[in-house]
Amino acid sequence: MMRFFLVLMSVALFGAARFPLEHAISTAHRELHLRAVDFNLGLREQLGQLGFVAALSGFRSLVADALFIQAHVAWERTEWGRVLLLFRQVTTLQPRAILFWDMAAWHMAWNASVAALNDSTQPRLALRIKAQREYFQVGKDFLERGIQNNPERPQLYEALARLYRDKYIDHEHAAEFFAKAAALPGAPSYEKRFAAYELSHCAGREREAYEHLRRLYDLGENERLPTLLLRLQDLESKLEIPLDQRIPDRVP
Amino acid sequence: MNASAHRAFSFRRIAAITGNTLTELTRLKVFYVLLLFALVLIGNSIFMAQFTFQQEFQVLKDIGLGAMSLFTSLLAIVATARLLPQDVEDRTVYTILAKPVTRFEYLAGKLAGVLLLLAISLLVMGALFFLVLSFREHTVLRETTQQMSAAPPEQLAEALRAVQASAFNPNLFSGIAIIYLKGCLLASLTLFVSTFATSTIFTIVVMVFVYFIGHLQAIAREYWLQTNGAGWITRIFLAFVALLFPDLQTFNLVDDVVAGTAIPLALLAKTATLGIFYTGFYLLLAWSVFYRKEL
Repeated sequence: MMRFFLVLMSVALFGAARFPLEHAISTAHRELHLRAVDFNLGLREQLGQLGFVAALSGFRSLVADALFIQAHVAWERTEWGRVLLLFRQVTTLQPRAILFWDMAAWHMAWNASVAALNDSTQPRLALRIKAQREYFQVGKDFLERGIQNNPERPQLYEALARLYRDKYIDHEHAAEFFAKAAALPGAPSYEKRFAAYELSHCAGREREAYEHLRRLYDLGENERLPTLLLRLQDLESKLEIPLDQRIPDRVP
Repeated sequence: MNASAHRAFSFRRIAAITGNTLTELTRLKVFYVLLLFALVLIGNSIFMAQFTFQQEFQVLKDIGLGAMSLFTSLLAIVATARLLPQDVEDRTVYTILAKPVTRFEYLAGKLAGVLLLLAISLLVMGALFFLVLSFREHTVLRETTQQMSAAPPEQLAEALRAVQASAFNPNLFSGIAIIYLKGCLLASLTLFVSTFATSTIFTIVVMVFVYFIGHLQAIAREYWLQTNGAGWITRIFLAFVALLFPDLQTFNLVDDVVAGTAIPLALLAKTATLGIFYTGFYLLLAWSVFYRKEL
């Protein structure tokens, strides 16, 4: 009995001794957005008992993958409600996986929204448009939450910029998010160009857009792509830039 | 042998027991069944061509590292749980301890044998995983080059960089190292439990519970630290759980590694230190129980 208590005491003492190191590691995890999953009753209800236990036991990514594959199948069957539900679970389980946020937003804002607009069971166009815009919003929500969970990675900023550009035709916000993506490490070189293109469509910001595009143009041949030349020429005309300051390149 | 020339601690004796334990474990059918299961799981992830390459690589890495984690944890528990009871049943332990081998050397040798087995299994699984990943990466690179043959070189280079970035990242090695550390901890803890357990099944059942509680422990600790509304009984209970059980969530970084999160070297070093502490402590604890155990 004495030995049992001694062993128990040793375990408890070791527990107390390791506490500062474990606390330091937990703090580092939080700073790096690791283990950012909120295991709550809502998730338990969504995943079911087995999935919840598996997710708790260190197989979170495997459960997320299984759900992702189910979402893929639901997408093939155009079961949009199920796709949404499954992607909510997937992104809750793996909030650091960019791909899942991006896919969720794409399915909602691009696929489900088109399906809602072409829904033959709904005769009223106004309601179809309403449903379409709701799916845009769901897609935007996914991307915004994805950015909150991954603020240091450029991919979701770019996806949100594309959503503003293609679905909301909101060039102002599209330019803002392309620029945010471009400012992050690891961003592709085209982000800067895209930000400038979007800015060139914003009424009242032509001068700013022209300066951006001109700066890119001056960087060299690699940046002088047809769209850039086209946008520059358009702005040169609008802003009445003197002929001797205009770019010599002409888009055929 | 001259008693005064006998050394109280010898690495050679530990190495002999380690080698013997490894041979014994590699003869276990359960080892091959588990290894085969893991290899099939990793190998199978190659057949996911209907996904885009990002999806495919994500699932491939998830399944690969998940299988490694599951197999390593299972093997650490199952292989270690049967070591002592088997030796007692076969009476091998009497033969070994009748020789000038201390009980600590015996336990350390047994544990080292399991850890070596875990390392070898992880190496085999890791090699297959990287082989599958590299094979798929080369296939996707070749396809991308063909599809974008007419594109400007800058765009092609960017596309190829995107493929390479989604396929391989050096953090995968950190993930595998952390899986191994978790396996070491579990093996060492199982050895401790088996020193006072009455049977192999009892040890495995206890370890399954410890495994689940260990993963929940971090949540308990955070609750303990943050909650103000909990009564003192709840607080004492949670403190007891947090102090008594290992925090396995600390070794649960594979999910984030697969998602592309970079694990800083300092964090990896801290996690490794904690893993080594745990392993060493449970070994000492196992020895303290086994030292006076009547065989």
